[in-house]
Amino acid sequence: MAKITTPAMERLRQAEKKRGAEKPGRSSAAREVLHRMTYNKLAMAGLAIFLLLVLCALFPQVIAPEGYDDQNYARAFTAPCLQFPLGTDSFGRDILSRVIWGARTSLCIGVLSVSFSVLVGGLIGAVAAYYGGKLDNVLMRLMDVLMAVPGFLLCIAITAAFGSGFIVIVWAIAVGSVPSYARIVRAAVLTIKDSEFVEAARSIGASDVRITMKHLLPNCLSPIIVQATMGVAGAILSAAGLSFMGLGVQPPTPEWGYMLNAGKQYIRDAWWIVTFPGITIMAAIFSLNLLGDGLRDALDPKLKK
Amino acid sequence: MWKYILKRLLMMIPVLLGVLLLVFMLNAFSPGDPATQLVGENASAEAIEAMREQLGLNKPVVQRFIDYAAGVVTRLDLGTSYQSRCPVRDEILERFPTTALLAALSMLLAIAIGLPAGIISATKQYSLFDRLGTVVSMIGVSMPNFWQGLMNILVFAVMLSWLPASGFYGPKYWILPVLTVGTSSAATICRMTRSSMLEVVRQDYIRTARAKGQTESNIILRHTLKNALIPIITVIGMQLGGLLCGATLTESIFAISGLGRYMLDAIKARNFPAVQGSVLFLAVVFSVCNLLVDVIYAFVDPRIRSMYVKKGKKSAGADAGQA
Repeated sequence: MAKITTPAMERLRQAEKKRGAEKPGRSSAAREVLHRMTYNKLAMAGLAIFLLLVLCALFPQVIAPEGYDDQNYARAFTAPCLQFPLGTDSFGRDILSRVIWGARTSLCIGVLSVSFSVLVGGLIGAVAAYYGGKLDNVLMRLMDVLMAVPGFLLCIAITAAFGSGFIVIVWAIAVGSVPSYARIVRAAVLTIKDSEFVEAARSIGASDVRITMKHLLPNCLSPIIVQATMGVAGAILSAAGLSFMGLGVQPPTPEWGYMLNAGKQYIRDAWWIVTFPGITIMAAIFSLNLLGDGLRDALDPKLKK
Repeated sequence: MWKYILKRLLMMIPVLLGVLLLVFMLNAFSPGDPATQLVGENASAEAIEAMREQLGLNKPVVQRFIDYAAGVVTRLDLGTSYQSRCPVRDEILERFPTTALLAALSMLLAIAIGLPAGIISATKQYSLFDRLGTVVSMIGVSMPNFWQGLMNILVFAVMLSWLPASGFYGPKYWILPVLTVGTSSAATICRMTRSSMLEVVRQDYIRTARAKGQTESNIILRHTLKNALIPIITVIGMQLGGLLCGATLTESIFAISGLGRYMLDAIKARNFPAVQGSVLFLAVVFSVCNLLVDVIYAFVDPRIRSMYVKKGKKSAGADAGQA
């Protein structure tokens, strides 16, 4: 088929090429959202705490005074003091250092599992909504099955079957939250798939993949961003819960939930072992919740209170 | 209405069969052989083989699944525990009341704190109570349940020695676990109540009610709360489902022998029938909770009720078209 080359079409193509060339096409929108967020003090506080944790996760060897497994029985159960601000545990390891190293484990689990569920859930939701019909029905009934098992219970079931460890936890948490992303994306795509801009894209011959990637998904990004931010918080919480039950990351990997589990038996004599890792988990989740709330308000001005 | 409930119950069947398959596959394809573990690594090959036969593990996977599913569907038989050799169903039913009691008490506490706090926060927006409440509930939502449990033990059992730290034998033992689970749910309910009420307060009909000279309490309870209830009920339903299943952590902290702890012990012993049975049982409970929430919607909100009635009157063809 010969290419249509009316002047109008040519201009359209060039405009599209140009938009592709200046790659961060949505940067102005992103900047606007960030700008709106700077007015939200709580969200900024959340962002600050979260960035601090990210720094800890990236450069623990610089920030932490010691390694995560520097055992020294001579100084076991030292109460918080100048040398060990958060005290030491039953192996004489510095709790502050372990908390800092633990940020890496928790954030990795959180970010990896959420990325997985956003990708898979987003794809399932988009395909279900875009093609509709039987495929939609089959995919969404599959999602219903996953939804019927509460997320944390599914994590437990999966770790029970496949043993504990970093990789198993990441995908145990990820699988459970796939349906919620699939539903969000499906709902969002359903509302816009019949809009004129999608029809326009189709009429100039854009492929299904291109329409989905370039036109549909970017338009349902904001609910995904909000859900993903909160999702990281949920994933960190689930990972800590699993490790607390002994089903999660195995020692000596520093993990906040496991630190609580290990300190539980010394609760009568050494309160600091069970106190500080918990405060850290709380701070991480608190910051991500504040950030998620702030992002929701900033991304959707209608919701602004 | 009854037709709707029946339809929802029927819709649950394929989903629960899916869960059954999912749970079965998870355990069937998990690495390790339960028979070897039961007789011990050093046992003779014959002993292991005999154990496999006794447990029914020597049959093909498909055959095992069909047997298991048939047992569940026809006799409500969840299999036999590898450890105690008792029916898993009886063991679950024996422990579930404890878990349900913990969940019910916690839920009552959560509603008793969360709902009024949310209502006051919303009606006195930006007051001191509201600001404090917002921060406290935000912290409550972010606090991991199991850590709060440890802190409760640390403060009330270790430092003050007021309350026992473990067990679930009487009201005195209930306080700490219920406080742990209840307050964090209260925070969620409070947040949802506040935001939902604030949304309704801005509606025109609230202004109309005020203009008509309704008393403030009437406006809050009859006009605002009643219309704000749907999201609140949703959250309460989700919390209740979560409480029943998330009790695993609380039960392990406070050494309560409920269903959650049973499951945890089963996992550690690789007692697959018990794990399978507990997960399936909890999935059923969770689904029933969700169904109850949907039914309660209809009772609370006449708009939803009328939707169901209309739906029921429509022809079957129109219904199929909608699905």
